[in-house]
Amino acid sequence: MSRYSIFSLVRNALSYHENWSAAWRSPEPKAQYDALIIGGGGHGLATAYYLAKEHGMKNIAVLEKGWIGGGNTGRNTTIVRSNYLWDESAHLYEKSMKLWEGLSQDLNYNVMFSQRGVYNLGHNLQDMRDIQRRVNANRLNGIDGHVVSAQEIKQAIPEINIDQGCRYPIIGASFQPRGGVARHDAVAWGFARGADRAGVDIIQNCEVTAIRQENGVVTGVETTRGAIKANKIGVVVAGHCSVLAEMAGFRMPIESHPLQALVSEPIKPVINTVIMSNAVHGYISQSDKGDLVIGAGIDSYTGYGQRGSYSGIEHTVAAICEMFPMFKRVRMNRQWGGIVDTTPDACPIIGNTPVKGLYFNCGWGTGGFKATPGSGWVFAHNVANGEPHELNRAFALDRFVTGFLIDEHGAAGVAH
Amino acid sequence: MLLIKCPWCGERDESEFSYAGEAHIARPLETEKLSDEAWADYLFMRKNPKGAHREQWLHAAGCRRYFNAERDTVSYRISATYKIDEKPPRDQSRNQS
Ligand SMILES: Cc1cc2nc3c(=O)[nH]c(=O)nc-3n(C[C@H](O)[C@H](O)[C@H](O)COP(=O)(O)OP(=O)(O)OC[C@H]3O[C@@H](n4cnc5c(N)ncnc54)[C@H](O)[C@@H]3O)c2cc1C
Ligand SMILES: [Zn+2]
Repeated sequence: MSRYSIFSLVRNALSYHENWSAAWRSPEPKAQYDALIIGGGGHGLATAYYLAKEHGMKNIAVLEKGWIGGGNTGRNTTIVRSNYLWDESAHLYEKSMKLWEGLSQDLNYNVMFSQRGVYNLGHNLQDMRDIQRRVNANRLNGIDGHVVSAQEIKQAIPEINIDQGCRYPIIGASFQPRGGVARHDAVAWGFARGADRAGVDIIQNCEVTAIRQENGVVTGVETTRGAIKANKIGVVVAGHCSVLAEMAGFRMPIESHPLQALVSEPIKPVINTVIMSNAVHGYISQSDKGDLVIGAGIDSYTGYGQRGSYSGIEHTVAAICEMFPMFKRVRMNRQWGGIVDTTPDACPIIGNTPVKGLYFNCGWGTGGFKATPGSGWVFAHNVANGEPHELNRAFALDRFVTGFLIDEHGAAGVAH
Repeated sequence: MLLIKCPWCGERDESEFSYAGEAHIARPLETEKLSDEAWADYLFMRKNPKGAHREQWLHAAGCRRYFNAERDTVSYRISATYKIDEKPPRDQSRNQS
């Protein structure tokens, strides 16, 4: 498989771009691997990529029940930032941010990472106090950010409504200049291609239906494409983690909720940054194609249906129209949902499980896209060495027994 | 939009209700003797099934009473609603689901 470059582009132009080779193979599953990654979302593919690249494990496979990136990875609003409140999460998300900053070069694949900045809006005095506290904490952790006033926001985004008389007036915001967006599909495809080039088998249409173990040690899986043996298995299935945990015989502190997003018809460039409001659940940016990309809040009930409620759409669109009155006449093109795996403390669960050789990476809920490279990087370390990296040690499943929760809920405006 | 049948008021719009999590979780007795693992199980661990789920709802903008529902978490179809002290339908033999 060739490297992408200006020369390969020119060479392929001569044959009318009809002879590009496939970006990854579609091999038949082998009977045994050194390690299996269950779940071909961004996190699973990144794990496989870093297992091969950083830990020299190449006889491994990624098993995906549908098509790679077809889960939350290909359904999210792609906001990337690292301005989390607590040290544990700040360090993890900042590791991810640093990887994002070199990812296109590293993968030889354009993931269209665009550091256009992220605003987190505050609508009342308490919001602003929390924002100030978080920005201070971020700066102590070496993470960029500052507090901006409503006037400064208006200067940067002239279309925004900072009228103080509306239901949720915008009082100020935090701004992280290094935040931004990336192209979600390209992230899945880039990691898939990188992993494949290192020898990893990416096996699609392969649903894991059972996890085999002997005396508390994992031995392999049953799938819709036959049994596969392995002594190291990493489970990265987002909304389906409770289903996989049940197969392995333990319980998870997770509830899977529908989370939806919608995009408008393409319009001329109007928003050159990312604006998030956790209070009213309105998240907005504009894609390169011109569509407004709008994220909603989760539906209150649990669900695996990959669609959001109508009341959720109404709520979010109302919030967006208050923030940007000029968008009232924009028509929405498409709406869809993902299944997000929420935890009680709004932080992921990454690490060992009661079954030896079986590792879980889940609980990213509404905000794990930004963590894709970092999550794969630490989880690869955990799978390869059988124990956590310093960056994910605090995110162990047993924090729900010891009580060492990492309470990001609300504190970091954690959604997305 | 879900149409939910409150056992007291009858069928109403989803927007009148709020969701209140997994049903039939009994608070442990003798909590002073409870292990950390048992506390964690009670407080945090959830079934979160893909399929039939028994859950609590609150008729927040109606009679303001809690009740139970059995709902499929893939199709979102609600097969039954029943009062908080009632046993789940089709499962009269067991107290806990
Ligand atoms: C609408 C929406 C908006 C969001 N917005 C943002 C945002 O702006 N910023 C942000 O950081 N995050 C956001 N998120 C969250 C983010 O999308 C997720 O946290 C992240 O993509 C999770 O990646 P993943 O690889 O773990 O999961 P997924 O991409 O869901 O991958 C899991 C894969 O596992 C597969 N699988 C499941 N069961 C099995 C099985 N039995 N066998 C084999 N394979 C299986 C699934 O098919 C799926 O492909 C959003 C999510 C949604 C739904
Ligand atoms: Zn009622």
